[in-house]
Amino acid sequence: MKLAKSLVLFLAVSLMAVSFAYAGKDLDAVKAKGFIQVGVNGGVFGFGMPDEKGVWKGLDVDTARAVSAAIFGDADKVKYTPLTAQQRFTALQSGEIDLLTRNATRTLSRETQLGLNFVTVNYYDGQGFMVPKALGVKSAKELDGATVCVLPGTTTEQNAADFFRSNNMKMNPVVIESTSELAKTFFAGRCDVLTSDASQLAGTRAVAPNPKDYIILPEIISKEPLAPAVRHGDDQFRDIVDFSVLAMINAEELGITSANVDEMLKSTNPVVQRFLGVIPGNGEALGLDEKWAYNIVKQVGNYGEVFERNVGVNTKLGIERGLNALWTNGGLMYSPPFK
Amino acid sequence: MPSAVPFWRDEAKRAIVFQLAAIAIVFGISYYLFSNTQANLQRQSIATGFGFLDKEASFEIGESLIEYSAADSYTRALLVGALNTVKVSFIGIVFTLILGTVIGISRLSKNWLVSKLAAAYIEVMQNIPVLLQLFFWYAIFYEAFPAPRQALNPFTGLFLCNRGMIFAVPAAHPAHSAMGWTLLAVLVGGWVLNRWGKKRQAATGKPFPALRITIAAAIVLPAVVWLLYGAPTAMDIPALRGFNFKGGVTVSPEFSALLLGLVIYTSAFVAEIVRAGIQSVGKGQIEAAMAIGLRPAKVLQLVVLPQALRVIIPPLTSQMLNLTKNSSLAIAIGYADFVAVTNTIINQTGQAIEGVALIMLVFLVFSLSTSLFMNWYNKKMALVER
Repeated sequence: MKLAKSLVLFLAVSLMAVSFAYAGKDLDAVKAKGFIQVGVNGGVFGFGMPDEKGVWKGLDVDTARAVSAAIFGDADKVKYTPLTAQQRFTALQSGEIDLLTRNATRTLSRETQLGLNFVTVNYYDGQGFMVPKALGVKSAKELDGATVCVLPGTTTEQNAADFFRSNNMKMNPVVIESTSELAKTFFAGRCDVLTSDASQLAGTRAVAPNPKDYIILPEIISKEPLAPAVRHGDDQFRDIVDFSVLAMINAEELGITSANVDEMLKSTNPVVQRFLGVIPGNGEALGLDEKWAYNIVKQVGNYGEVFERNVGVNTKLGIERGLNALWTNGGLMYSPPFK
Repeated sequence: MPSAVPFWRDEAKRAIVFQLAAIAIVFGISYYLFSNTQANLQRQSIATGFGFLDKEASFEIGESLIEYSAADSYTRALLVGALNTVKVSFIGIVFTLILGTVIGISRLSKNWLVSKLAAAYIEVMQNIPVLLQLFFWYAIFYEAFPAPRQALNPFTGLFLCNRGMIFAVPAAHPAHSAMGWTLLAVLVGGWVLNRWGKKRQAATGKPFPALRITIAAAIVLPAVVWLLYGAPTAMDIPALRGFNFKGGVTVSPEFSALLLGLVIYTSAFVAEIVRAGIQSVGKGQIEAAMAIGLRPAKVLQLVVLPQALRVIIPPLTSQMLNLTKNSSLAIAIGYADFVAVTNTIINQTGQAIEGVALIMLVFLVFSLSTSLFMNWYNKKMALVER
């Protein structure tokens, strides 16, 4: 009897696992659930981290909220799963999360071998090095023999190895899975150098015991286009995520902010009218409400607002727009036409 | 003879049918899960297969028993990880056995303080999750010790800092391998001597001090070899160069913290097993042994231990396996064990199923070989009934 029972249990569990994998299109699943399950960082200030009240804040979090606003007309239909760098892609592949906005670098192998679709970049980053001022190091080229704190399973880990190898230098890596544990280890002096994306270094430094004791070295050794990602297999969902990011960029280009969006509804400019759904068409094409872009701008804001609120010069991170400025201001943020 | 008993009434045949059905179901489900996974992976265009093993790893590993660089293949990186797991598990098991036995015996001590201290140790260490203990020890290592430039230097050749413990070792010299071989020869000789001694004792009743002779030889003979090679005394002394120490041998804080955490946690369980084993030997036996004039050490060696070991070995095996498996918590404190290395590889290649299968396979091999050895030892120790 015991055998029969355990057999039935085993069958049930395996069937459940199988039906999970076949749960149909991602968008339908998300709509049926009534919320989006989003994988975020959880430990990087300015990108994805809960504040002292437990409310999730950050550029990546706002990106996820924009997608929620587009699909549900409500930016708060999001549930967050904090993931380590090592867990993130598996969580997306397995269907544990619907959307990954966790400062993940878009690369060829991730796009192909991991079965992921990255969409428009929401932050252009590059890898840098942070050292204690007391070391007196001025350039990353002086780091021969240094002990380097790095997150496992990241492009950073490879870039650092490549950088030291190509400059004929030796490194001793200290590799710890949790972002916050790694930062603690670095601040306690276990490593000479912490390497990561420059934005993350700024975020880590912002929460350091003594932020002024650390400098970020001038060398940026890699390109890190950070982009949200979805699984292969549901192009409609991919399009919605893609255009949710683009809508924030386009809104900034058109000068639409969360403050003036209601006024802009009365604009006579057909480009604005099309964008905000006054002239219908875009919403239907994406399979969304015509007010989807309006909802994003109204509830989350345009890209400039989101940037300044989370990581801009007036925050603890104090990051300049740089590559993340609009193309009209010398940056890389550029949106295709919304028509 | 009743010729036609239908097979469903024949108990033996019915049993075979049930067995076949069970096998068919297991295979059916396995095949279903396998083909389904394959189809899903293909649908999501996720790469499959073990072709990635030959590719360049392109990441560094903090510590390694063999030569390794980022230019080596994934296979080599996996080997480094597996060896690191073996290293921490093996050293951990040895220390756990020693510490656990000492505490287990202390627990039975007639000295009130000693036995209470041992009891407190067991209660506390058993009940704190091992992951917390690891974090605790690791934090102690990197918070309490100074930076390399201010390293503690209690005596020449030893440095303590938050990069680990760095100590001088004798500089490489052919004498060392010769000494190693000599020691091995002494150990083999000691084993043979011990067997001969036992045989002689069984025949004539005269004991032979094989152990003492072996220990003396193990100390004297390698020293003689060392002198024959001209007594090389050159040391490889570590010195601070640039960011870190060069030379000598470094024991990293990650390794130390993991070893300490695993040993302290597991030895609490081993202590209880040892105590239970000793208590399982009837009091009357000890009294009887004393009554025929055996000294306490001989009572332990000849009467208590042989019987206690029978009780101790099976649960001890499972604690040894626990320690090996718990070593995979290394990833939390940055020790490059097999799981940590494989996780990085999974992330770079995206081949989670292959990676997890490798982890399972490697741990299965570790566990099965440990339990094979322990089962063999258990059989050797088991009661031989006459």
